[in-house]
Amino acid sequence: MSMGAELEASREARTSAPSISRRPEVRRDDARAPSSTAAKMRVEHLNFFYGDTKVLHDITIDFPEKRVTALIGPSGCGKSTLLRTLNRMNDTMAETRVEGRVLLDGEDIYAPRVDVVRLRQRVGMVFQKSNPFPKTVFDNVAYGLRINGLVRSRSELEARVEESLRRAALWDEVKDRLHESALMLSGGQQQRLCIARALAVRPEVLLMDEPASALDPIATQKIEELIYELKKAYTIIIVTHNMQQAARISDITGFLWMGRLIEVGPTVKIFTNPEEKMTEDYITGRFG
Amino acid sequence: MPETHRRLDEELNALRDKVLLLGGAAEGAVRKAMASLIERDSDLAREVLAEDDVIDQMELEIDELTIDILALHTPAARDLRFVMTAAKLAPTLERMADHACNIARHAIDLNEEPQLKPYIDLPVMGNLAADMIKAGMDAFAEEDAEKARALIHHDDRIDALYNQIFRELLTYMIEDPKTISRAAKLLFVVKHLERIADYVTNICEQIVYMVEGRVIKHKPLEP
Repeated sequence: MSMGAELEASREARTSAPSISRRPEVRRDDARAPSSTAAKMRVEHLNFFYGDTKVLHDITIDFPEKRVTALIGPSGCGKSTLLRTLNRMNDTMAETRVEGRVLLDGEDIYAPRVDVVRLRQRVGMVFQKSNPFPKTVFDNVAYGLRINGLVRSRSELEARVEESLRRAALWDEVKDRLHESALMLSGGQQQRLCIARALAVRPEVLLMDEPASALDPIATQKIEELIYELKKAYTIIIVTHNMQQAARISDITGFLWMGRLIEVGPTVKIFTNPEEKMTEDYITGRFG
Repeated sequence: MPETHRRLDEELNALRDKVLLLGGAAEGAVRKAMASLIERDSDLAREVLAEDDVIDQMELEIDELTIDILALHTPAARDLRFVMTAAKLAPTLERMADHACNIARHAIDLNEEPQLKPYIDLPVMGNLAADMIKAGMDAFAEEDAEKARALIHHDDRIDALYNQIFRELLTYMIEDPKTISRAAKLLFVVKHLERIADYVTNICEQIVYMVEGRVIKHKPLEP
């Protein structure tokens, strides 16, 4: 490619809106990059409104399967709103409206016949503040399985609870206290309990909204290690204010600003050599 | 801009200044070492050797500041590339000064004996190598990738001069074996200059990475 053509191509890549064809590249580091890069979820030309206020503008982004995608950006940039559109959590708020498409395995989750309860089983969510129910550890994890009738026997229920707690790296710490109140656990343990609760219904995608922002560094490290383990089985999309956390745990990073997706790409690229000046300024702390 | 990032900027500026000072010192050492040879001034050569401790110290200070910035500010994107570049430039510049010391040592020996031949191409090569260090430091200070790229091509002129002087010294050695010791020392001098120019090339490649995030080392040169 000639110098001129290359310049032209890179200019075009920078200025055009992110399109579906701009799939995130496979990382060089194989240990962090499974061979499959198919999009588990895909957002196409998404606009989102609170009343008359448009808060997301023409967002198009792929979330590859079994990868961690981090959404970063300043407060109020729309990253949590975007996350919440992915399992229709925003439906619970009045006066909201969605345009565009959100696809899960190629099917639009906003299509009229979609069962939202089933959708939220497939696309689970973990929130910023751990929110265990005022019940026992066991009942917290068993809750979704029971109300959705996902198990047929007590032994199956017990097996699924154990499996979920093990996957959330909490089993060894709570196996002797399963029938104590979940509120007795530490903050970090409560957050992992919420992750176990989300995993119990065997989701395919896990949405995490600042899952470690209220935790101390040790508990944060445990959550990060857990995310690293979980991505072997789940597609994870995480909103975080902590850029170092995004750098540590994600394969792909998307930067949002004022409801727009400014740039998305492999995390290594975003943190060493972003295309957009705005991303660069945000990453290096020179924003605003 | 938040206070923490003002502090980072201050430290990055301090790092830039230290690298530029080290670059200036390395350039000065090369010029002085070559002058001690051309002008047969062994005192000047001894000055080069004495000043090397200061240059070593400058490298250590850059190492320390680099580690501090990485540990305390975890820089990213262009800041990270800048810090990595500073960390890679420092030992390279220090090594250039070591080559200058070696030239100075040969000068001291050569100045003890009658001059083998008129020095014509040697000062040209010495100036070219020192000019390359200066231009490399300018490209670093100005964050000018184009200047760095252009400088990489300058290495060819150094290589041509090296080959020319090598052949010339060879003829001296063939014609009169008594000249071998002096000719060999001069040969070492031009080899040191040739290495210094190679290091400038490495520095320039690193500057292109710093500015553009593009790795060009170990790849064929663009036309």
